[in-house]
Order: sequence, then structure tokens, then C-alpha cells
Amino acid sequence: MRIVIQGGRVIDPTHRTDRVADLFIADDKIAGLGQAPAGFIPEQVIDARRQVVCPGLIDLCARLREPGQEYKATIASETAAAAGGGITTLVCPPDTDPPIDEPAVIEWIRRRAKAAGQARVLALGALTHRLRGERLAEMAALKESGCVGVSDGGRPIVNTRVLRRALEYAATFNLTVFLTPVDPELGHGLAHEGQVATRMGLPGVPAAAETGMIARDLELVRDLGVRVHFGRLSSARSVELIARARAEGLPVSADVAVHSLHLTDMDLVGFDSRCHVRPPLRGLRDKDALRAGLASGALSAICSDHQPHEPDAKQAPFGDTEPGISGLDTLLSLSLHLAQAGVLPLMTVIERLTCGPAQILGLDRGHLGVGATADVCIFDAEMEGLLESAYLRSRGQNSPFIGWVLPGQVTHTLLEGRVVYQRTRPGKVSLAL
Amino acid sequence: MSALSIQLDPQGRLRHFLTVEGLTRRHLTDILDTAESLHGVAERRVKKLPTLHGKTVVNLFFEASTRTRTTFELAAKRLSADVLTLNIATSSAVKGESLLDTLRNIEAMQCDMFVVRHQQSGAAEFIARHVKPHIAVLNAGDGRHAHPTQAMLDVFTIRRHKPDFPNLRVAIVGDILHSRVARSLIHALSILGTGDLRVIAPRTLLPTQVENLGVQVFHRLREGLRDVDVVVMLRLQRERMEGALLPSEQEFFQQYGLTEERLALAHPDAMVMHPGPINRGVEIDSRVADGPRSVILEQVTNGIAVRMAIMSITLGYQARSAGEDA
Repeated sequence: MRIVIQGGRVIDPTHRTDRVADLFIADDKIAGLGQAPAGFIPEQVIDARRQVVCPGLIDLCARLREPGQEYKATIASETAAAAGGGITTLVCPPDTDPPIDEPAVIEWIRRRAKAAGQARVLALGALTHRLRGERLAEMAALKESGCVGVSDGGRPIVNTRVLRRALEYAATFNLTVFLTPVDPELGHGLAHEGQVATRMGLPGVPAAAETGMIARDLELVRDLGVRVHFGRLSSARSVELIARARAEGLPVSADVAVHSLHLTDMDLVGFDSRCHVRPPLRGLRDKDALRAGLASGALSAICSDHQPHEPDAKQAPFGDTEPGISGLDTLLSLSLHLAQAGVLPLMTVIERLTCGPAQILGLDRGHLGVGATADVCIFDAEMEGLLESAYLRSRGQNSPFIGWVLPGQVTHTLLEGRVVYQRTRPGKVSLAL
Repeated sequence: MSALSIQLDPQGRLRHFLTVEGLTRRHLTDILDTAESLHGVAERRVKKLPTLHGKTVVNLFFEASTRTRTTFELAAKRLSADVLTLNIATSSAVKGESLLDTLRNIEAMQCDMFVVRHQQSGAAEFIARHVKPHIAVLNAGDGRHAHPTQAMLDVFTIRRHKPDFPNLRVAIVGDILHSRVARSLIHALSILGTGDLRVIAPRTLLPTQVENLGVQVFHRLREGLRDVDVVVMLRLQRERMEGALLPSEQEFFQQYGLTEERLALAHPDAMVMHPGPINRGVEIDSRVADGPRSVILEQVTNGIAVRMAIMSITLGYQARSAGEDA
């Protein structure tokens, strides 16, 4: 299939491109930009005038709930939501049931994703067997079957000796280790430790629950020189630690969940269980520092930290609800919101959603160079709309952003040169998402 | 939407009673005045008023309680309501029924009021958001968050002895961190304009930024007790010892236990309060608990009148019950 995307504003951070041009796609590859390749006769023309054309988004952390929690969501339902949100690559953490600690599970996920055909699903393999933090997972075998990194899947490895060996073993096979820093004892709480938690009587989680672990892990990285990525940072001090480590030249990177860039602990008032997340929403100062970290490059990626839930999981007193926000549908819009508010240039926003995460994964994706895989997202950056639950494509309707007016409407998503999503109701201007 | 907006109707009247935070002095004095008028009922030969005749009150206790549960039961009965008490900690919750399912089932029995105690902060508010509109929800304690009826009976007891709140010095002593009583009492005393409000505890038993609630923080009992008019001792739960919050009961008593000698530092006619149940020899010496300054049992008695008042007000019977029947 030969497709030309006509007249769009092409933004490709890898090549510092930001100009109005036609983008040519032949089969599953980018064939040209601006100038049609010799003899190119398009079979399909996509009109992208007044729209932005950028690489398909890469989401570093999305729980698809399969295998094991199909009552919450499935690979088919969530990859469809991803396509609708302009996301072409999803990274799935290993804390499924069974966990991704053997090649068969990766193979199974790959088959399911392929059958759905809506987005590319990449898996993180387990760092330790059954994610128990006790003995090493068979990382070499996991790598051979295609995992893009190894991870504790949100569970910290408490035993520093085990962690050190796991880091060394992963590095032996050139695997990046994805850590979610939280001290299990200090992290045992429901809200950011501060004035709001005090008033609401919710057990607090101090920022030190995160920074203490980052500091420990950075010392191991310094000793071993292994590549580590820290996921879902929540505090100002964490950003400082990562910025300093990167300035020193340590091979580390970090991301932030998009909701942490918009919400604070104040949003818990009224015990809104949709804002129950881990790590907890922190203070205004932390939110601002996370935004600044994205601007400075201390944080290389924005992820959805997608955690879809069935309604019952959130229908209980705050502490009895399950943490997590359904985020695939709003990743792009909430990120664009930062550009609209002047927090980040549009180019940087797109960089943190495309080539930033690609670099962390060590993948040649997230750009529109000739010969690259044709994963493309086309969206209207200006169009605003009220987010209503009916427009969430994810099975999980647990979003605190329902009722927000957000910019950005995806009109087309292409995966490997194939249109996997096309907005069907162009007349309905108010339905932004 | 906060608890404040859900517990008031559009005219600003209480339709649930979930937290003291955010209420006005008028709300509080209405409750106190109504309680005052109901206080005499217990001394009458027939200890009953017809106010809630034909109404059904359900006590939903997801957490064990004796004092609070029985005083709520008595309060409802003295207002002629039908009362049903469910100790859910030991029934359906164990079988895995969700809170909403439990609620729907009890709602189907045509009740008018839920009195809720739950181990999770925000539980009463959650229930208030999900019940049918005619049902009033009273918070009988939710996690560490609030215990507003306890706070009201405490300020009721204080007002009977020392009504001049602006010139009052009150110290709350002990486990503030885990205490819903302390949080609600701090709010109630602040709203009533209490001049000098203190908390006294080691740092491990104080929540972060507690001073933002409008209290002075003391870590030494001797300093904090100086010249206070009211000492409120909080219960120290024994399991806190295992959480590495304190080294031992003995050391806690040595540092923070209220003895006669320490009470002497307070104002000569200082009153001693405790929400109960008390741990003799842990937070309070028996001679103080049973001594002339103690109003601990009076608090229990007052709890009934205060809960009668709150039940009447939230079901819309404020004026009548206060004036005509008493």
C-alpha cells in the first residue's frame, strides 16, 4: 500500500523537522518527505492540512490486564484504545498473571497483540523469578524471545544483594533494567505525606520512600555501569537525583506518568478514588519540578501508566480501592495541554512521547526518517473538547480527567503503514477524544 | 466535591453528619443547644421522646465498638426510633460482599438513617454519596479521618463547665497521628474560637504539618500542660508498640502519662477528658481517671444527648424536639 499524507505540519524531533510537507509511505516504511520518491503513485491520500503529523507514540508503561485480569481489560480492548490515542507501541510490565518470567508468556502476548492488530505490544521480562525478588529470572531466554528490557514490575527488590546481581546479570545480556523506585515499608500508605493527608486522615507516603531507593540504586549503577531506567517518578527531589546522575554521565534515564504533571494531592479532597494512584499524587512543587524535569531533559519520557479497572475496583472507601488511572485515551491530549499552557514547546512534548522512549528502549523507532517503520500519528492540535466517559475507548473508565476540556484530537493512526484508526465522525467538533 | 458540600443541603442545613471540618459556629451551637434541651430527658421517669417515632435507624459497624455503638442505640431509642445494629466486621464483609451491595440490601429494608463506623478514612462520605437521597448518614468514626459526634460531645462537656471558648486553653495528649477524635476535636474547638489549642506527643505520634490545623505543638508534657483548662487524653492502642512508634508502654507513661503530679501543672480547676476506653497506667493514672477533675463518665452520659440532637437535626426535627417535647 502506498499512502501520501498531504499538507500536514510534520514534526519529527529526531531530525529536528517542523515544517509543512507531504509524507510518503510505501508498504510498511517511510518512503519520503516533501519530495515524492521516483515513480510513487499513491493508492490512498490522507488530507492532513491544519494537522500535525508525527511519529506514532511510544508508551513505556501500560497494563493491558492480559493474561490474568481479563475482567478489567484485554489486549484487544486496550490496543484499540491505544490506536485511538495515536499510540503505536506499548510496553507492558511483567506483573501479569502469570508474570512474564518465561518465554511462553511473551509469545502468548505477541500472538494476542498480532491477532488484534491495533498496536505493537512489547514486553518487559521479569528481573526475578515470579517477581519475588529472590532469585534471578531466566533473562537470557526472555531476551531471545523478544523482551525489550527487564523489570520488577512495580515491586521493589528489597534485597540489595539480589538487586546487584540481577543488574549485573541483565547487563551481561545487554538488557536495560526498568525499576520503579519505592521503599516497601515507607511506601506503605495512601497519599503524599503532607497537609492534605494529615487533614484527610490518610496514611502518608513520604517522598523519601522514592528518593531513598533511587539513591541506593544509583550507587549500584555507579559501581556496575549498568543501564537503568526509573519509571514513574513523583517527587521534585527524585528529578534532582536523576538530573545529577545524568550530568555525571551515569547510564540512567527516567519517565513520568502524565497524570503526575496535572494532578496534586489536593485532588484527593472528597476522597476521589479515581485519584488513588501509586506513587501518590504529590504537592504543587513536585508537579512543577516534574514539568521542569521534562523541559530540561532530566526526564526523557512521558508515559500513560495505564491501569484500567472495572467499576467495582473504584467503588469503595478510598483505602479499599485499587490504585491506578486509565490513561491511554488521554496521554496525547494531556501532554499537548503542556504545550498549550506554554510549559513545553510542542517539539519537546512530541519528543518525550516518541524518540525519547524509543531511545530508552534502544529501538530504531519513534521517527519519520526515510526507511523507518511507518508508525504515524496525525492529530489536530488546536481542537479542544470536553472529555466524557463515552469517548474513552479503554475498557477502564477510571479517569479523573472526565469533565476536563482538553486539546488534541487524533484523526489517523498508522501502524507499519496501515491505517489502524481513523476518526469516523469528523463533523462532531466538540468530541475531542 | 468535598464532604462539606455533601453534608449540607442547599439551604446550608445538615443532612448528613460526616465531619466537623468546614461547618460554621452556628451549626455547632445549634447542635449544642439542642443537646442541652435534650439533656434532661434521661432524668425523666419515661426517658423517651416521640421525635423519631416510625423512623428506622441502622447502625452499620464495620469496626468493633462498645461505647459509641451503645450510645447511638440508646439515643435512637430515646427518640422512639426503631434501631437495628449490624456488626458487619463479623458478618457479610467476611463473605466478600462489597460495601455497596451491603448498603443496597439494607437500604431495601426502608431505613431512614445509617450510623456508620468503618476502618477506612472517607468511608462515611462514600456511603453518603451512594445512599438514596432521603437517608441521613452519621459518621461514627472513619479511619483516622473524623469522629464528629465524639468531638461534639467533647465540646458539649467542655461548654457545660467552661463556656468561654476564647479564653480557654486545651491540650490534647497522646496518639494524634492515628486519632480521628483528635482531628475532629481540633476542628470543633477551632470553629468555636478556642484561644489556645495544643497537642502534646512525641514526633512519631504526630502527623506531618499538624500545626497547619491551627494547633501549637509540644513534645514535652510538662511544658504543654502549663496552665491549661482542659486536658484531653487519647487512647494509645497497644499494637502501636509493634510499629516501632514507641519503645515501650512504660516509657510512654513516664513521658506522656497523666499523673496527679503532672496535672498540678495545669490550671487548678482543669478538667480531664478521655474518649475511652482508657488504658490505666498507659496514658492515664487511675487516680486521675477516677479523680475529682475527671469528667470521663460525664462524657459518656453527654454522648447520648448530643447524638440525639444530631439525629434529630439531620432528620429535620431540630426546632420541635428542642422546644416542645423537652
